Amino acid sequence: MIWLGIETANAPLSIAVIRDGKVVAEIVQNIKLTHSAGAMPAIEEVLANAGIKPSELDAIAVSEGPGSYTGVRIGVTLAKTLAWTLKKPLVGVSSLKSLAANAALYDGFICPIFDARRGNVYTAVYKGRELETIIDDYHDHIDGLLERLQALEAPILFVGVDVDVFWHKIVEVLGDYAQRIPFSHDLPRASETVRLATKVELPSVDAVHHFVPQYKRIAEAEANWLKEQKEKAHE
Amino acid sequence: MGEFMMEDRIILAIESSCDETAAAIIRNGSEIVSNVVASQIESHKRFGGVVPEIASRHHVEQITVVIEEALAQANMKPTDLDAVAVTEGPGLVGALLIGINAAKAFAFANDLPIIGVHHIAGHIYANALIQPMEFPLLALVVSGGHTELVYMKEHGSFEVIGETRDDAAGEAYDKVARVLGLPYPGGPRIDKLAHEGDEAVTFPRVWLEEGSYDFSFSGLKSAVINYKHNMDQRGEEISPTAVAKGFQDSVVEVLTAKTLRAAREYKVKQVIAAGGVAANKGLRTSLESVFAEEGIPLYVPPLKLCTDNAAMIGAAATPMFEMNIRGNLSMNGRPGLELKSWV
Repeated sequence: MIWLGIETANAPLSIAVIRDGKVVAEIVQNIKLTHSAGAMPAIEEVLANAGIKPSELDAIAVSEGPGSYTGVRIGVTLAKTLAWTLKKPLVGVSSLKSLAANAALYDGFICPIFDARRGNVYTAVYKGRELETIIDDYHDHIDGLLERLQALEAPILFVGVDVDVFWHKIVEVLGDYAQRIPFSHDLPRASETVRLATKVELPSVDAVHHFVPQYKRIAEAEANWLKEQKEKAHE
Repeated sequence: MGEFMMEDRIILAIESSCDETAAAIIRNGSEIVSNVVASQIESHKRFGGVVPEIASRHHVEQITVVIEEALAQANMKPTDLDAVAVTEGPGLVGALLIGINAAKAFAFANDLPIIGVHHIAGHIYANALIQPMEFPLLALVVSGGHTELVYMKEHGSFEVIGETRDDAAGEAYDKVARVLGLPYPGGPRIDKLAHEGDEAVTFPRVWLEEGSYDFSFSGLKSAVINYKHNMDQRGEEISPTAVAKGFQDSVVEVLTAKTLRAAREYKVKQVIAAGGVAANKGLRTSLESVFAEEGIPLYVPPLKLCTDNAAMIGAAATPMFEMNIRGNLSMNGRPGLELKSWV
């Protein structure tokens, strides 16, 4: 069984090829190169290094969001198109869970964080080792998240390069409960995306067309429009 | 060996630069084998215009369905294709990226070359799907995002001799439509209204400096807004048909006059009108009448080839393919891409 894993949901990029439960080749990087320019060449490179032709793939796993809207869409578009034209199943994995998997050996609470700008985050809380969902993927202001984390009254391990943006505040609120994963585990790995994908039943190939990103947030214009409709209904 | 067999060139083309997700199969740059367009217009109507983030979201939902439909209608498989072409720019960057990344993944998986096409080159080459292009030619490209006069002395040679300095013609139409309280997209509605009466409010013609082929529509747009404002202040009702006709008369007169002057100066064999606004009845009638008198053939593609589509991208990509122009897997969306010659 050969898997291709694609992770472009935020600034870091990761592409991996997994054969029979072993990582054959993987790229993990966090450089200033847009995924639009960099992701497809990375897929080509990883497959070439692994000595695997696209037609030899059995399934594709993609980090489906939340994260940067554009980043998520690039990964999903590449994954959808490859899966559809190669007639292979496509499995979506939460970008947050995929990142939290870097801490899968930790027994306590794991909190992955993506910076969503203006003090906001995409986040979730999982419990090691099975990554049981404690707080489902969502969008919140950092203050809102910290309030919920405080209520857990236990150590929490924070994961991700974006944690640094909020670290000061996190320590201020959580004190000694705030734990930081070693920096070498901060970047998402497509191999983890694949590992999590192997835990679910493979969807049918026909489902690929209907695959969509999990933004966890409606577009701003739509939110404003809905608000207007509500106000109108009120009048 | 004496017999020369022309091999068919089959190109899959993808377009997603604004609010249409489109794919088409083109044979030899001139024949539409299939042409699929999934329009998002119904979704954007509630916002009164195209919202980039919403457009990008719809493109992701539609892209593989649209490509599959284009192949299915053509009764073709990826192995029947010679290349994949895609709009590289200009356009909404987030929207462009969906078509580009789908095209790259498709090209890679099926071991096909990829060609990045300029959206305006596509609009111009829409005409190659109707009749062969004869050079030198002049193209008037008018749409929601563009107003350009392009001179072509041969295939792949583009000289932008005039362009808008502010709003595109289609943009001005949409804004004026909003002033008149018409729903989005306003262009076709103004055109319709303009034909419903004989009265016209007189608005200025903006010619810019002597000899310029450039355009400017923001002043005209402001004149319409001011007119409406003044009438409102005086408590007088405006006549939407007279405003629509006055506005359209001004746009059409300037577009027609500059196109005619350029066609004469550059001694072209053909004049092409392209882009969404080329479907405008007022503009079409005016161009037809002056070029019939001038004795220069004028071609305007049918509506479905004037608005954004992928067939035109395939038509433009075919001569690029023959000239050995290729993109690669690091192709990026280029929202401000300039129209440059390939030759």
